[in-house]
Amino acid sequence: MHKLKELVLNNKVVLLFGLLCIAAIYTAQNPLTFVAGELFTRIGRNGFMVLALLIPVLAGMGLNFGIVIGAIAAQIAVFWTVYWGYTGSEGFLLCLLLSTPIAIFFGWLVGRMFNKMKGAEMIAGLVLGYFADGLYQLFFLYIIGGIIPVYNERLIISGGIGVKNTIDLTGNLKYSLDNVPMLHIVKIVLAVLAVVSLIKIILGVVKKNPLGHRSWIVLGAAPIAYALTFVPAIKEYLSSDRLLLLHAVLSGLGAVIVWQSWLIVSNKIRRRKEYSLIRPLVYMAIAVGGCLLTYIKPVEKILLYVKIPVTTYLCIVALCLFNAALLRTRLGQNMRTVGQSQTVANAAGINVDTTRIIAMIISTTLACWGQLIYLQNIGTFSTYGAHTQVGQYAIAALLVGGASVKKASSKQAVIGVILFHTLFIVAPQAGKQLFNNAQLGEYFRVFVAYGVIAVSLAMHAWKDRGKTKEPNRNRV
Amino acid sequence: MKTQFLLNMKDISKEYFGNRVLKNVTLQVKPGEIHALVGENGAGKSTLMNILFGMPVIGGTGGFEGEVEINGEPVTIDAPHKAIDFGIGMVHQEFMLIPGFTVTENIKVGRETSRPSLLSQILSKELETLDLEQMAADARKALNEIGLNIEEYVLVAGLPVGYKQFVEIAREIDKTGIKLLVFDEPTAVLTESEAERLLKIMKLIAQKDIAIIFITHRLGEVMRYADSVSVLRDGELIMRTAVKDTSMVKIAELMIGRKAQKYVDSVPGRLESEEIALSLQDFHVDMPGEMVRGIDLDIRQGEIFGIGGLSGQGKLGIANGIMGLYSSQGKVSVFGRELDLGKLGAALANGIAFVSEDRRGVGLLLDQSIEHNLVFSAIHIQEEFLINLKLLKLYHRSKARKHAQKMIKLLDIRCTGPAQKLGSLSGGNQQKVCLARALTLNPKILIVSEPTRGIDIGAKKLVLEYLLNLNSQQGMTIIIISSELVELRSLCHRIAIIADGKVARIMEPDAPDAEFGLAMSGN
Repeated sequence: MHKLKELVLNNKVVLLFGLLCIAAIYTAQNPLTFVAGELFTRIGRNGFMVLALLIPVLAGMGLNFGIVIGAIAAQIAVFWTVYWGYTGSEGFLLCLLLSTPIAIFFGWLVGRMFNKMKGAEMIAGLVLGYFADGLYQLFFLYIIGGIIPVYNERLIISGGIGVKNTIDLTGNLKYSLDNVPMLHIVKIVLAVLAVVSLIKIILGVVKKNPLGHRSWIVLGAAPIAYALTFVPAIKEYLSSDRLLLLHAVLSGLGAVIVWQSWLIVSNKIRRRKEYSLIRPLVYMAIAVGGCLLTYIKPVEKILLYVKIPVTTYLCIVALCLFNAALLRTRLGQNMRTVGQSQTVANAAGINVDTTRIIAMIISTTLACWGQLIYLQNIGTFSTYGAHTQVGQYAIAALLVGGASVKKASSKQAVIGVILFHTLFIVAPQAGKQLFNNAQLGEYFRVFVAYGVIAVSLAMHAWKDRGKTKEPNRNRV
Repeated sequence: MKTQFLLNMKDISKEYFGNRVLKNVTLQVKPGEIHALVGENGAGKSTLMNILFGMPVIGGTGGFEGEVEINGEPVTIDAPHKAIDFGIGMVHQEFMLIPGFTVTENIKVGRETSRPSLLSQILSKELETLDLEQMAADARKALNEIGLNIEEYVLVAGLPVGYKQFVEIAREIDKTGIKLLVFDEPTAVLTESEAERLLKIMKLIAQKDIAIIFITHRLGEVMRYADSVSVLRDGELIMRTAVKDTSMVKIAELMIGRKAQKYVDSVPGRLESEEIALSLQDFHVDMPGEMVRGIDLDIRQGEIFGIGGLSGQGKLGIANGIMGLYSSQGKVSVFGRELDLGKLGAALANGIAFVSEDRRGVGLLLDQSIEHNLVFSAIHIQEEFLINLKLLKLYHRSKARKHAQKMIKLLDIRCTGPAQKLGSLSGGNQQKVCLARALTLNPKILIVSEPTRGIDIGAKKLVLEYLLNLNSQQGMTIIIISSELVELRSLCHRIAIIADGKVARIMEPDAPDAEFGLAMSGN
């Protein structure tokens, strides 16, 4: 009972918004397939950006309102790419190439700035975002066309100075990442794996510390897998760019079962004593149960309706893995130390300032890529508006997921995106049903975004206060 | 036998802004020796350690004179990481641990074991993967070495205070090539049994030929565990000797030492009244760093009562607790009436005025005029200096101005006039304003905390003499809390020495030095 109470208290933010979501879905009476479809689009569109917030939280710099600056870097690149007329995945790659150095530079600047105002990073980031927006407007409204000669009727205001309010990305960058077929990804991944293991083997030979037989296995397996993609059935399946949700779910559950059986087998072979069978068996049971759930009619309907853009989702998964991998390096551990106590970090010989700057560079760059993903999915580029709300929306989503200024995880980010955007999707319809006025629902959306930040910050402050009182009492 | 000493700090002198805090101090420690370093607050112990560790505060204030030798070789230590490289480690008094990290992570902080990965070989060493298993094994080994049976994977936040100290020690031990360990008042926050255990571990470490500098004020521990002892007083080395050649009383006497000058010329008058002005019973205060753990005191009317003791022992907590600035428990009565401890301002309403040790933080409004500073407490507590128009109350400007002018004259506050901003006054004059404000309340009991901290000798004398006058002429009961024993001894009728949050002893001002020394170290 006590445990249950603690569980509820620790997750009260998530629970509150979960209930709110259910209530809103119920009132809105939108078809579930519509909500699910929209939701999966929005996860793909916004997930990356929210995940970009995690590292600064880790490094003790709070919620990074400065990701707006990363978004600006992306938008500068998008403008030039469109202007030069590159399209499709070529255009997307060019955007990446252009925007990344800009984002790294911006991140470095922001990091240096934050180091000068330790403890006030959040408000600094917010104001810095507004300031950067001013410079951005100067650049797009006056410098482009006014100083840098740019001639393009589609992009430039008829006077010849300044960029138009909206740029249509249909036909050039729209879906340029979403539409990359699975086949390409598989081939790229295999090629990367092969190259990496080759380098590892060479390095092992040169430095005389062989990195084990694993690299050899990978090097051998990659070409075989590559050959398999030429089998017509596989080729046909992989050449699509969208994956039916049903297939995605089933293959995910399948992977769980395979992985757990592999764990059992490998541990049996190594005869590790402390290994218990219960955990993997529970996981496998859950996976089987999940498979059975797909036969329930409404669930099946959703699963058969929704198609997810594989490449974009893979990017999000890769970012989650990246965050996890970073945590396991010295750099990640240094960031955590700096985040927990700068005094201790200093005494342990960690360069606090550099670590913080690196955290900002990573976050800004990721935010920049996140904005690229967002723009290519949404398909219209609102020149002066696309970046302004980025910080607030991403942060609201993260907070709804149960994260706080001091602690955030990938899981919280994903849960947050799901809850926040569900509310966002159903709010207008719920408003219409309740008050007979869609406009009210529209207001409700905005109210939700800002209200969420205020409410969850307040709830976390409340939770924190309860905690800080405890140790004091112990000391008397 | 040239390199007999592992550490040899020769003729160290240090000046902070013209104020000599160390005068030709020599500190020598042999390998495997536990060397105690004792002295009052401000004797120069921390400055000496800061020099040893190359703390930035030393370099930033003009460096120091003298030489540091390690194993007979002269070395320059101008940054903390150099000290670490020479094998010098420190177990801090306030824990340098991260509560949200596990024991392993804390032991290994900044020195994580890691394996090279592909990216780290291409980019930077910082990207090496952590070898969590090896880290846990190392931590386990260090913990075993000091005989601590805790799991290396628990969070430090959940550990009892005593264990945290041991984690710090484990961290220092885990550093390779550690030669000298400094323990900075390690037993201050520990219970008796924990302290016992820690000191045994210290002996164990010393047996491995690691030299130990043991900073403490508990002379009993020095006698039992240390091999040799250096006594510092006022920045000078008074004595260095083997512990077996000396006695606790001798050390205590040397630590305090009767200082030649007296701050005031007159002596307090005879105490006649027997009425109890302020009575504390089983008084506890939860003030971080200055915990009060159960105090019984009776202070008579018309008495100047001194409260002394080393910093961190709880003497400041008493006053802050009475005034309601920190939460407290127990019974406080003023002239027989019990105070409501939960209510902020209860003490003020009962005629107790307080001059805080934290002048700038709690005591004064630095951006306001002298006049406002003098009257604001009186306005809020007693509704003085107000014109009462029933519906609203207005500030009585002329009355306040007149009062300010009177106080300025009375206390000789050096200023351009009552309207001068307080922030532009010198420390001594600010202190006088603090005092004047407390007096504006016409208190029956005045509590003055560290009245002479940070002010020059001339102002010091003036403030103390004024306090004496208040007592002898107006019969005001005054409680002075001070780290400067000399000050208390030249002013007070009785002096209570606080150690470990409790009253160690109540003494007459002319009791021998050794008695004071022993009381301060909790014996």
